[in-house]
Amino acid sequence: MSDKQLSQPKAMRDSLLESIYKAMLQDSDIFFVTADFGSPVLDKIRRDAGERFINVGIAEQNLINVSAGLALEGFKVFAYAIAPFITMRCFEQIRVNLALLSEVRPMNVNLIGVGAGYSYVVSGPTHQCYEDLTLMRALPNMKIYSPSDQVIAAALPKQCLSNRGIKYLRLDAQVLPIIYQEKTLSFGDGFYEHCHGEDICLIATGYTLHTALKVKEELAALGILIGVIDLFDITGFNLNRLGQILASYKGVVTIEEGFSGKGVWMQWCLIL
Amino acid sequence: MDKKPDFSLKYLEKKAEWVWKETLKIHQRSPETRVASSLSPIEIFVNLYYGGFLDQDPTNPRWEGRDRCVISKGHGSLCMYPILADLGYFSMEELNNVCKEGGVLGGIPDPVIPGYETINGSLGHGVGVGSGIALAMKRRNMKQQVYVVTGDGELHEGSNWEAFMFAAQHKLDNLTVIVDNNQISMLGPTDEIVSHRNLVEKFEAFGWSTMEVKAGHSVSAVYGALEVSRNNCIEKPKALIINTRKGNRVPGLEGADLSHVTAIDNSLIDQLLETKL
Repeated sequence: MSDKQLSQPKAMRDSLLESIYKAMLQDSDIFFVTADFGSPVLDKIRRDAGERFINVGIAEQNLINVSAGLALEGFKVFAYAIAPFITMRCFEQIRVNLALLSEVRPMNVNLIGVGAGYSYVVSGPTHQCYEDLTLMRALPNMKIYSPSDQVIAAALPKQCLSNRGIKYLRLDAQVLPIIYQEKTLSFGDGFYEHCHGEDICLIATGYTLHTALKVKEELAALGILIGVIDLFDITGFNLNRLGQILASYKGVVTIEEGFSGKGVWMQWCLIL
Repeated sequence: MDKKPDFSLKYLEKKAEWVWKETLKIHQRSPETRVASSLSPIEIFVNLYYGGFLDQDPTNPRWEGRDRCVISKGHGSLCMYPILADLGYFSMEELNNVCKEGGVLGGIPDPVIPGYETINGSLGHGVGVGSGIALAMKRRNMKQQVYVVTGDGELHEGSNWEAFMFAAQHKLDNLTVIVDNNQISMLGPTDEIVSHRNLVEKFEAFGWSTMEVKAGHSVSAVYGALEVSRNNCIEKPKALIINTRKGNRVPGLEGADLSHVTAIDNSLIDQLLETKL
């Protein structure tokens, strides 16, 4: 993607799909499966990916099972639906045919859930999603990416295609400000330290990074300097490196969309 | 692999008898196994594995050119253990260690066992995963076949019906679903729990080419249906409804409402093992 394209704010979903679209034109081993959920960019995939685009209909259990079958035969699969439906409607299919089966049989399946947290603001609780991090973290073998802007989202397909396994990509549905630049983005540590503070560090993920950066600005105006870290690789971040950074702080605050006591917060309780 | 079948009807019948006895022996050694639902699909598996329908290589179970067999009714497929051992997927000695510490063969099979493709303990998964496999093979222009063996009880799971619609939509004529229609699930006859009514009509209505075998324990009847189905290429997925008896030929077990969880006495198994075909 050119810098000019990246400079146009768009939903993470669309920048991610744009990358998948380009990859599918180059790599005939990629399959895209949707549960009747679309986007303007997806129309290009439907048009040009030919028989490697499949709409299973409003049938998330079958979305997962068909994706597993395709992946067992060596296809690299992206499965796409609204976040609560692709995680909760078919949780047992994910558990059995992805999380457990991938322990024995190699596969590359990438679940794309759109509408993390509160981001489907007007749609109400069926379409909002507060449980996905907790549930996906509970599964063996599941890697979780939680990007905070369209630049990370656009880089995720390359990361997913070059690393086998099962993954969950949770995307906020809204158009959010651009945070990163493609040239400086690195997946190496699985997190990015935006600024180093004095006593307190905020660890955010996805949409909440934008909140954390606002908090930082407001506190800076009061003369309080806090650190802000964006955790976008929820399961694969460099713990030692992050531990070194956090060692200089008196306190760490995690900020995420979810229910109290679960999700990333719980992960930190275990680590700290 | 050489696809030329080396068998006769008599040969298949002898194999079916041997598998029936070996399955009882497994249950004798490991009473915690589900024996009744493992006795109903014997003629189905014997035909698939010895009748020339599955081209596989036991020395290389993940050989790319193999026909795929997805066994959805996992715990009701322990009769597969003697078949797989006999064909050389693992040693016959393993049959002594079913459900034993250190053994690879459990009460519910999983793909750690050579010859098993998927995880099968949870029901209603096989048709969907098999559909994905069949679609992948179509896209790769592979000519191999995909067989999925399910029970009729597990057809209560809605996920199957999502997959039935999907397979018909994509004209997966390389996919054959075989229903071991023993008509009893865990707590009694499926007809009295939630009736499937007419499975043949249901499959036909979902766009499948469907055949029913009323004599599901007749090796030749099952063979004939598989043969017709294999040669049937009309751009539809295929379903074979094989009417069987849960606990087949075991007095007190055959057709009993609670046969799913019933264990058989050692002495009865000793008597049955003396039975001549």
